[in-house]
Amino acid sequence: MTNGGTVAHSDADPAPEGDGFPRDRRLEAYRWMVTARVVDERALSLQRQGRIGFYAPLSGQEAAQVGAAYALRPEDWVFPAYRELAVALVRGVPLRSLFDQLVGNSADLSKGTQMPNHFAYRAQHFVSASSPIGTQITQAVGAAMAMQRRHDRAATITFFGDGATSSNDFHAGLNFAGVFRAPTVFFCQNNQWAISLPRERQTVSATLAEKAAAYGFPGVVVDGNDLEAVYRVVRAARLRAIAGEGPTLIEAQVYRFGPHSTSDDPRRYRTDSQVAEARQRDPILLLKERLLSEGLLDAASEQELWESVRAEAARAFEAAERAPPLDPHTLFDNVFATPTPRLAEERGEYDRLVREGLGKP
Amino acid sequence: MSELTIVQAVNRGLTEAMRQDPDVLILGEDVGINGGVFRATEGLFKEFGADRVVDTPLSETGILGAAIGMALYGLKPIAEIQFLDFIYPAFDQIVSELAKFRYRSGGQYPCHVVVRAPYGGGIKGGLYHSQSTEAYFAHTAGLKVAIPSTPADAKGLLLTAIHDEDPVIFLEPKRIYRSVTGEVPDGDHRVPFGSARLVREGSNVTLVAYGAMVPAVTEAAETLANEGISAEVLDLRTLVPLDEAAVVRSVEKTGRAVLVHEAARFCGFGGELAAILAEKAFFSLKAPIARVTGYDTPFPYALEHVYLPNPEKIAHAARSTVRGG
Ligand SMILES: Cc1ncc(C[n+]2csc(CCOP(=O)(O)OP(=O)(O)O)c2C)c(N)n1
Ligand SMILES: [Mg+2]
Repeated sequence: MTNGGTVAHSDADPAPEGDGFPRDRRLEAYRWMVTARVVDERALSLQRQGRIGFYAPLSGQEAAQVGAAYALRPEDWVFPAYRELAVALVRGVPLRSLFDQLVGNSADLSKGTQMPNHFAYRAQHFVSASSPIGTQITQAVGAAMAMQRRHDRAATITFFGDGATSSNDFHAGLNFAGVFRAPTVFFCQNNQWAISLPRERQTVSATLAEKAAAYGFPGVVVDGNDLEAVYRVVRAARLRAIAGEGPTLIEAQVYRFGPHSTSDDPRRYRTDSQVAEARQRDPILLLKERLLSEGLLDAASEQELWESVRAEAARAFEAAERAPPLDPHTLFDNVFATPTPRLAEERGEYDRLVREGLGKP
Repeated sequence: MSELTIVQAVNRGLTEAMRQDPDVLILGEDVGINGGVFRATEGLFKEFGADRVVDTPLSETGILGAAIGMALYGLKPIAEIQFLDFIYPAFDQIVSELAKFRYRSGGQYPCHVVVRAPYGGGIKGGLYHSQSTEAYFAHTAGLKVAIPSTPADAKGLLLTAIHDEDPVIFLEPKRIYRSVTGEVPDGDHRVPFGSARLVREGSNVTLVAYGAMVPAVTEAAETLANEGISAEVLDLRTLVPLDEAAVVRSVEKTGRAVLVHEAARFCGFGGELAAILAEKAFFSLKAPIARVTGYDTPFPYALEHVYLPNPEKIAHAARSTVRGG
């Protein structure tokens, strides 16, 4: 809603009008942040129990992701990395769908082809994520160039980490975006770590945002723990993009509270006290304090909110776990639009193996 | 001799080379204090310091380009690529540069870099933590390609790679990094390139494999033995240079060949082996050559057990080859 008070969005439209973060949606944003935190907790424990194969937590990055996602409109396209679960939630991807992907069951829209966290949701313009670092950055620029060519009033946003600023695609992508004035928002979540490499060893430039200067457009540093601050800079960058003024690089400074992924042991390269210090500025805590002071939340409703989110997540996960496993034949689907004769032959070969009592899952 | 896993043997090989020669150094992501994501460089940072165990920014092209420059200047860099699946940003440096420096300069600029990368599936790594794309590198003239399957070979082939004069792509079977253990000679143990390992003698069929498929093939050979089929098992150890003679000799003896790899079948290394056998052992063949490989799909996540060759599929193919049909 605007300051004047008209509601300018539907449920499917996560981008309200107005400069500041709309007051009436703060609680909802908080709920998304809590949801992401709860999914993290649950997924880490499910991974330990062997019920999902892998997980990359986003704890510490909730405000950055939710704030950025709220500044978008449905027609915008998101080019994510593998940590953008909260962005997907705000875009309207059901929890159940996210869990279907983590499990890799028959309901997973990506047909169990990818490791957990590598989401793709076409309806929400959440483009398929891959593992290779940085590749989405140039792609976001291309999609933005296509929007420009079609005269669509939309923008692309691409999410990536501090580590990705060393990738080829970061530099090529920023350069292209500058040259073609592409309506792209480059959203870097500087969580201070690329697995074990600290931010200051990734690059010696004082900020990541200042790299934009070399490509001829603005770079902005924002406190990624501050939902509203993130919302404001992304919204401004988006408006700049669709006004034809070109791209913006945003560096949201956050801290990765958890391990890089369930395969990582962060105690090998950082101390618990470093993490504890960063947790003092937990984005969920910061927003909670604000909501409490504004009277939008009290201790009882806060607790109720966590409980209801936990229950919702548990239900969604159990449903995902109960879903039937993938039909093994889907292995051969979507390699091409129409299978080549060779793939058809291999599919037949698989059936023969199963008939002869082999290759059965 | 010490009883080691494959990843420990890699670690010993690196340690040995770095102690021998101060020009040997390691470049890669998370190789320093973290000891590598698979712990292959565990302890090296402590022993040799940040100058020789270099944590780089997240750029494979940076790692390879810098390694090439160092090699041209006379150092002996070992580049670690975290997963073979992430080597492609450096593909240009590898296939256009590293592979061709010696040739294009008429021998003035040899360029010896060892590129280590864990490869292969079976760890639920999905598309980008599982692939076996050795054929790209074997296809590129000027690159040697080594793939150990035992701890002793991991150390021995790695030390040979480090002392070679040419670029080596050294692919480590991550799936069996820790599951396969074995005796590894201490000190400067070297295993020559281009010399296949006869894993098991047999007379009815030859099973050819490398890397993580060697244990699967060996298990298949045991199953076959119980059924009265005598399978010979060859571990290629290096794809380039290839021990063609060993493959041809074995198939001349058994008259049958089953070629096994995790990589997709089409244009996979098995195709080259089949062509060599057709050219050089045609008149010894008693049955069509069979290939047991990954399917011609990308490497899947949930269905990796369907995708991957396993001892049952290998034994089945060998049986059909021997009994016909
Ligand atoms: C091209 C490439 N090289 C290496 C890797 C292995 N890897 C996965 S995540 C990661 C660190 C990424 O750090 P950053 O960009 O800061 O993102 P974050 O994980 O912190 O969100 C690395 C090195 C990869 N996925 N892709
Ligand atoms: Mg990071």
